[in-house]
Amino acid sequence: MSRPRSTGLPRWVYVPAGLGAAFVLLPLVAIVLKVDWANFGSLITSESSRDALSLSLRTSTASTVLCVLIGVPMATVLARTTFPGQAVARSLVLLPLVLPPVVGGLALLYTFGRRGLLGHTLEVLDLQIAFSTIAVVLAQTFVALPFLVVSLEGSLRTAGDQYERVAATLGAGPTTVFRRVTLPLVLPGLLAGAVLSFARAMGEFGATITFAGSLQGVTRTLPLEIYLQRESDPDAAVALALVLVVFAVVVITIARPDRTTR
Amino acid sequence: MTPPRRSRVLALVAATALAVPLAGCGAEDTKGSDQTLTVYAAASLTGTFTELGQQFEATHPGVTVSFSFGGSSDLVSQIQGGAPADVFASADLKNMDKLSADQGSTPVAFASNTLEIVTPPDNPGKVDSLDDLADQDLAIAVCAPEVPCGSAAATVAAAAGITLAPDTEEQSVKDVLAKVSSGEADAGLVYVTDARAAGAGVNGITFPESASAVNVYPITTLKDSKNPDLAAAFMAFVSSTEGQAVFAAAGFAPAP
Amino acid sequence: MSFTFSAEVADRDVVAAFEIAPGETVALLGPNGAGKSTVLAVAAGLLAPETGRVVLDGRDLLDTARGIDVRPHRREVALLAQDPLLFPHLSVRENVAFGPRSRGQGRRPARARATDWLEQVGLADLGERSPAQLSGGQAQRAAVARALAAEPRLLLLDEPMAALDVAVAPALRQTLRRVLAERTTLLVTHDVLDALLLADRVIVMEGGRIVEDGPTRDVLARPRSSFAAQLAGLNLAAGTWTGTHVQLADGTALHGIVAGPQPAAGEQVVASFRPRSVAVHLDDAAGSPRNSFPVVVTDLEPLGDLIRVRSEHLSADITAPAVADLDLVPGTPAHFVVKATEIAVYRLT
Repeated sequence: MSRPRSTGLPRWVYVPAGLGAAFVLLPLVAIVLKVDWANFGSLITSESSRDALSLSLRTSTASTVLCVLIGVPMATVLARTTFPGQAVARSLVLLPLVLPPVVGGLALLYTFGRRGLLGHTLEVLDLQIAFSTIAVVLAQTFVALPFLVVSLEGSLRTAGDQYERVAATLGAGPTTVFRRVTLPLVLPGLLAGAVLSFARAMGEFGATITFAGSLQGVTRTLPLEIYLQRESDPDAAVALALVLVVFAVVVITIARPDRTTR
Repeated sequence: MTPPRRSRVLALVAATALAVPLAGCGAEDTKGSDQTLTVYAAASLTGTFTELGQQFEATHPGVTVSFSFGGSSDLVSQIQGGAPADVFASADLKNMDKLSADQGSTPVAFASNTLEIVTPPDNPGKVDSLDDLADQDLAIAVCAPEVPCGSAAATVAAAAGITLAPDTEEQSVKDVLAKVSSGEADAGLVYVTDARAAGAGVNGITFPESASAVNVYPITTLKDSKNPDLAAAFMAFVSSTEGQAVFAAAGFAPAP
Repeated sequence: MSFTFSAEVADRDVVAAFEIAPGETVALLGPNGAGKSTVLAVAAGLLAPETGRVVLDGRDLLDTARGIDVRPHRREVALLAQDPLLFPHLSVRENVAFGPRSRGQGRRPARARATDWLEQVGLADLGERSPAQLSGGQAQRAAVARALAAEPRLLLLDEPMAALDVAVAPALRQTLRRVLAERTTLLVTHDVLDALLLADRVIVMEGGRIVEDGPTRDVLARPRSSFAAQLAGLNLAAGTWTGTHVQLADGTALHGIVAGPQPAAGEQVVASFRPRSVAVHLDDAAGSPRNSFPVVVTDLEPLGDLIRVRSEHLSADITAPAVADLDLVPGTPAHFVVKATEIAVYRLT
């Protein structure tokens, strides 16, 4: 069998590359070694663990849907139009990506909290956000949104607008073009972005604990449960951490760029 | 749990190396040789210990006291993991007990603390007794039962014969305080000292059942300390009259 | 008039005005950067000119004076570019059905219409394929079907053959010749054969301006612009395919290479070759692989570093020393000699 050969890398590159790989993989190995396998099953199926996992899955799904609903239009506007201050707008969309999640949580608190910017409006509407599952979803959406917008905007730019122009000259209105041409063409990018958003939502901690609080079954997601169990039952914390790690590995595998882009 | 062997060997080497210059020097007489004392203390001691550190430095020229404040259980794991601490002050006896293998001296209780109800300054929930914390309609913040302040909250609730109706179970007293001072929660349970430190940010309400859960703060020197004498001096200073005055000013009760 | 166009695009320095009669196919010729694509973009509504007016079948598509600018999808103007741009996520049939579907037709009638059009362009069997499975020529034919299935009142073609293999371009040209008959079309092209075989009229643009406008034969016979002159130099001879060669009306046998579909014996064909491929001899010295035509020189014209030697129907481009050697002047009898491999033979129908 013949195989294509690359032109070759300098040999020394493999040393830092190997060290880097070890740096990423060793902590995962360490977690696996730390797991109390004899009680693993009971640790991750305790009532509080199940509540946390189920809450995390539900809230992450909801926030991913929310990310898609608002992120797709945002990415499209950024990729397909020009308006004054666009560069600034693009940076601001990315802000939650670089902001410490705690700061995000505080910002959300000052917006949706009882005494926040919208607090009075929400009270009039009889919407209680503080300490509710909605607050968890808001926190997760806030931190996960940039992943979707960035991933999708990149796909939209790569795809270009030539197909959309052709579709328009064939008589398709903007909505038809968006639905039948734009979205299908960037579907891989959209899926990758949604998976990443979901993973980010699953891992969300700082903004949630700052903004939503922590109550079993209501606001205590898996990362909060891990953080709390660390105090009283480190074995349970490690077992749950492993569940989260395995989950993240699965998600990253699904969203791997070489499987989703052509 | 035993500390990793390597760190014990290192500590032994370090102790041997330091033994020579320290020979003949009393703990009170360390002029000219700069030393650093590392104190690991529970987060609720941040204010008092910082002040004690400054007073201690003033009476011990050449000594720098450096602090690491954090959750007691975090500090315990760090010390067990080989962190270079000379003194450890815990927010409860349970975490101090976890460290029995690493203690350099018998722990001494130096202060105690009880719970207090806090509300936002305008008290929108009209809270005035512990019973109000069982009200489903109010937004209540307490510590999670897994952390010391949470188990204390459970104890006082049991003593009062009520079931708390928390809307959030926070990781620490500071988190509870933040939820109340920001107005998100109508009431919360925190330590008297935390309520006092928050000043006008919250409104404190004492209640009789708090006596059922008195939190005791113990302090100890650590076996692997490079400065056992200085560590012992600091521990003694904490229990001294000057030291106790600092705790009283912050709202701590004396050790039982 | 079916289509009236006038526009000024200042930042591209394009100023153009012309009309197209109903059912007429107009070829828009010109060098790169002459403004041809700008004209198409304005007509399709993809570019807004500073000033201009575009009217199609009595309906204003653009009138800057009155603030009218109809969106591309409401113009009923279809654009077919060099690159077929078939939607990669749809099958070939769904691609062709896209226009009818967008105009509100149901799935079933749209599919039926797509099937019709695929048949017309010779792709009846490939409807279920994905565009990636088509060859370049097939994809471009599918794109033609897709554009026509949208039932545009005006069809814009932007060098539809440019990206294709020389070998497959003739087949597409045949298809276009069939489907463009009686259809209002504006065809941008570089290739004079496109103009000759597909267009009723030729408009030549240079430097953002229209420099010639007239019936194809007239423009090519008496070119006034340098671009048209270069194009017009191409030698064309119509005749009958005998099965082995082209029989010209005067009886001359012309040997060439068939480009595109093989003509049947007796079918009308056109043979084309470049003036540069023509050698000029004073006597008939042709060997078997060569075609030799007896001609009388009518005209000599400098063309860059070459001299164009014209006879009544054909031209040859040769060097000035060669002209001097042969002592060519108007009235000199000579022979134009062309290798068979330099002559391309096309079916006319």
